[in-house]
Amino acid sequence: MIRCGRTPCRVAAGAMALLVAMVTSAAPFIPSDDAQVLERLPDRGSTQYRELRSLQAAAAASPGDVARAVALADAYYRVSRSEGDPRYLGYAQAALAPWWKDPDAPTAVLITRATILQSNHEFDRALADLDRALAREPKNGRALLVRATVLTVQGKYGQARADCPKLFGLAPEFYVFACIAGIDSLNGKSAAAVATLERSLATLPATDTSGRAWGESLLGEIAHRRGDPAAERHFRAALAADPRDLYTLGAYGDWLLDNGRAADVVPLVGNDMRVDALLLRLALAQKALQRPEADASLATLRARFAASRARGDVVHRREEARFQLQGNGDSQAALRLALENWNVQREPADLRILAEAAVATNDAGAQATVRQWLEQTGLEYQAVSGLAGKRESASK
Amino acid sequence: MRRARRWIAFFAQMTSTWRFRLVVFTLAALLLPGAVLAHKPSDSYLTLAVDGEIITGQWDIALRDLDFAIGLDGNQDGAISWGEVKAKHADIASYALSRLTLHSAGAPCVPIVRDQLIDNHSDGAYAVLRFVATCAAAPKALAIGYRLFFDVDPQHRGLLNLSAQGATRAGVFTADTPEQHFTLAELSKQEQFVDYLKEGVLHIWTGFDHVLFLLSLLLPAVLVRSRVPGEIWMGAPSFRYAFWDVFRVVTAFTLAHSITLSLAALGVVSLPSRLVESAIAASVVLAALNNVRPVVYGGRWVLAFAFGLIHGFGFASVLTDLGLPQGSLLLALVAFNVGVEVGQLAIVAVFLPIAYALRDTRFYRHAILTGGSVLVAVLAALWLVERAFNVALVPGLGFGS
Repeated sequence: MIRCGRTPCRVAAGAMALLVAMVTSAAPFIPSDDAQVLERLPDRGSTQYRELRSLQAAAAASPGDVARAVALADAYYRVSRSEGDPRYLGYAQAALAPWWKDPDAPTAVLITRATILQSNHEFDRALADLDRALAREPKNGRALLVRATVLTVQGKYGQARADCPKLFGLAPEFYVFACIAGIDSLNGKSAAAVATLERSLATLPATDTSGRAWGESLLGEIAHRRGDPAAERHFRAALAADPRDLYTLGAYGDWLLDNGRAADVVPLVGNDMRVDALLLRLALAQKALQRPEADASLATLRARFAASRARGDVVHRREEARFQLQGNGDSQAALRLALENWNVQREPADLRILAEAAVATNDAGAQATVRQWLEQTGLEYQAVSGLAGKRESASK
Repeated sequence: MRRARRWIAFFAQMTSTWRFRLVVFTLAALLLPGAVLAHKPSDSYLTLAVDGEIITGQWDIALRDLDFAIGLDGNQDGAISWGEVKAKHADIASYALSRLTLHSAGAPCVPIVRDQLIDNHSDGAYAVLRFVATCAAAPKALAIGYRLFFDVDPQHRGLLNLSAQGATRAGVFTADTPEQHFTLAELSKQEQFVDYLKEGVLHIWTGFDHVLFLLSLLLPAVLVRSRVPGEIWMGAPSFRYAFWDVFRVVTAFTLAHSITLSLAALGVVSLPSRLVESAIAASVVLAALNNVRPVVYGGRWVLAFAFGLIHGFGFASVLTDLGLPQGSLLLALVAFNVGVEVGQLAIVAVFLPIAYALRDTRFYRHAILTGGSVLVAVLAALWLVERAFNVALVPGLGFGS
């Protein structure tokens, strides 16, 4: 039982009531035609959907079976990635329900649970699960790779990089090199990272498609940060290997926006309006092109961020900060969100929005944070060092 | 190239084993690079307007979510048409409304669907259920139980917008907070006092650890230490004697837990709940063992006082969970405390006459005092282990914690 007593609680409740009212303000109607399609679902004929069906049946047939539950949860997780739909993370959590709150769950459960948790930005809980899993099975390749990823997102490069060499012998070579190069590229060793990745892609022909897509996407991002036009070639190669790689679609969209090619963004992400991050790129492209649809896209984003805040989510702060700065023109809100986001995750994109919001608001503290991070890590990111430099030259 | 040589060596060594591992790594690759690209997650929007004893409701539930839970896409073509939704109207209504409960003053207000529409939200189409629920009387407080989709999607949220008497408030239902309580009318001071008093009584009666601690200290009150060799106890010489012993113990316990309850509720002192709960369990073990092999007799009130301080922190966590009204903090505190005392006195009022009547029997001294205390000590020791190490030894044993 919860009773809202304290004043801050009341204020929060009032603000939330307003948000909920905003989000639910559209007018309900009764469709005139039975044949009218109201909602489109993911393709029912796909292999992924059929695989999901058989795993659901298998898990339902023997509740309590760890292997089946984990297989189902992993399948849901994959769909959440390919569809960009967080509902599937909830379904994955439900598949692990018997063990979800068990700190001492079976190792396979710990790893899948950590995978789900990090998707919800619960990085510390994810790391706790991974540490426990690796204490039991130090040679678990998947746990090592997920841990390295989570630590990288948190900006703990030293710890993250230490996990990569342990993958030798446990994972296909390419993953080991991509693990190392991905981290090196954030630490002032971009050139070496590029060389490693290119050599690995060229000399390890057996690398699977998703590995290849990952490698090319990494190369694209490194090139983007260094201002190297080769970025486009790599993004295209990544999308050729995996056309549904939403992350690469977003990264390529950003490169196009940065290079004055907003018109190319529209066909690239126009079919993924359900995915907030891609809708954001679309809206920014439409705005840059002064298209009338921009307003509708921005309004949809505004409603989605309001809904996400009403439910108490904090997962989308990076996107919301960008929306506020570039779409909504509210640089103070952008800075606040960018700072909150920076406390949780520290990828180059998180640094960039922080730098942009800091410059827009002329916030010396946030600018110092950006400069300090650049110095400390040696990150090569033209767009960000340009912004950081602007402040320096202005003050000198 | 040192690194190249190294991977060639590994490649040769691994070709035989890595193919089946690929499945796992396809998954891992999807994870990278980390960040989430997401839709809006699953939310439903529940709007309730209370007017007199009538509650008018609108509940917007995403068609996608309903499809996952009960299947809307009749022809399995990946598109949900209005015809398909209409065909499932009865199922949608019964599925949703069986997962929503509205209670006023302990009596249900049963919702009945009036009509079903469609609405488009920022992330797609929603079924709109309009319903009316009638309560026995105009509710002053509403207890809402929301359990939609939590079994299939624990990350689902129910976003509530509740309006009553010109005021609107919001709430978020999650898998961890499916039950919420809303005070609609400003309760009078008297009603508030009674409310918190009831909570206090309820807490002592359902808080087995507190009751067992108190009873363990009270069991010897109807006895005195025997001077006869071989006998530990003899019956108390008079009811008055037993009464004053009980009085001393109960008063000391009350005084002590009132002090810490107030300090903790006002935020002056706070202790980690695991420590508090473990210490409470330990206090029960000690109090019970003291009856099996008496160490402290006349000074039991000192034990009651010392451990009462700890029990007060336990009460405070309950009060914090209930939420303290900012405007009448002191009133709530006093009422809850008085409630605890009233509950305690009721227990004592039942215990003392029975124990006094039985005090000279072997049954009382052996079965109840010794046997009962051993049982209590064992139970509390299990609690202690469970609470201190955060494990469940015996399912269902954790009550009172």
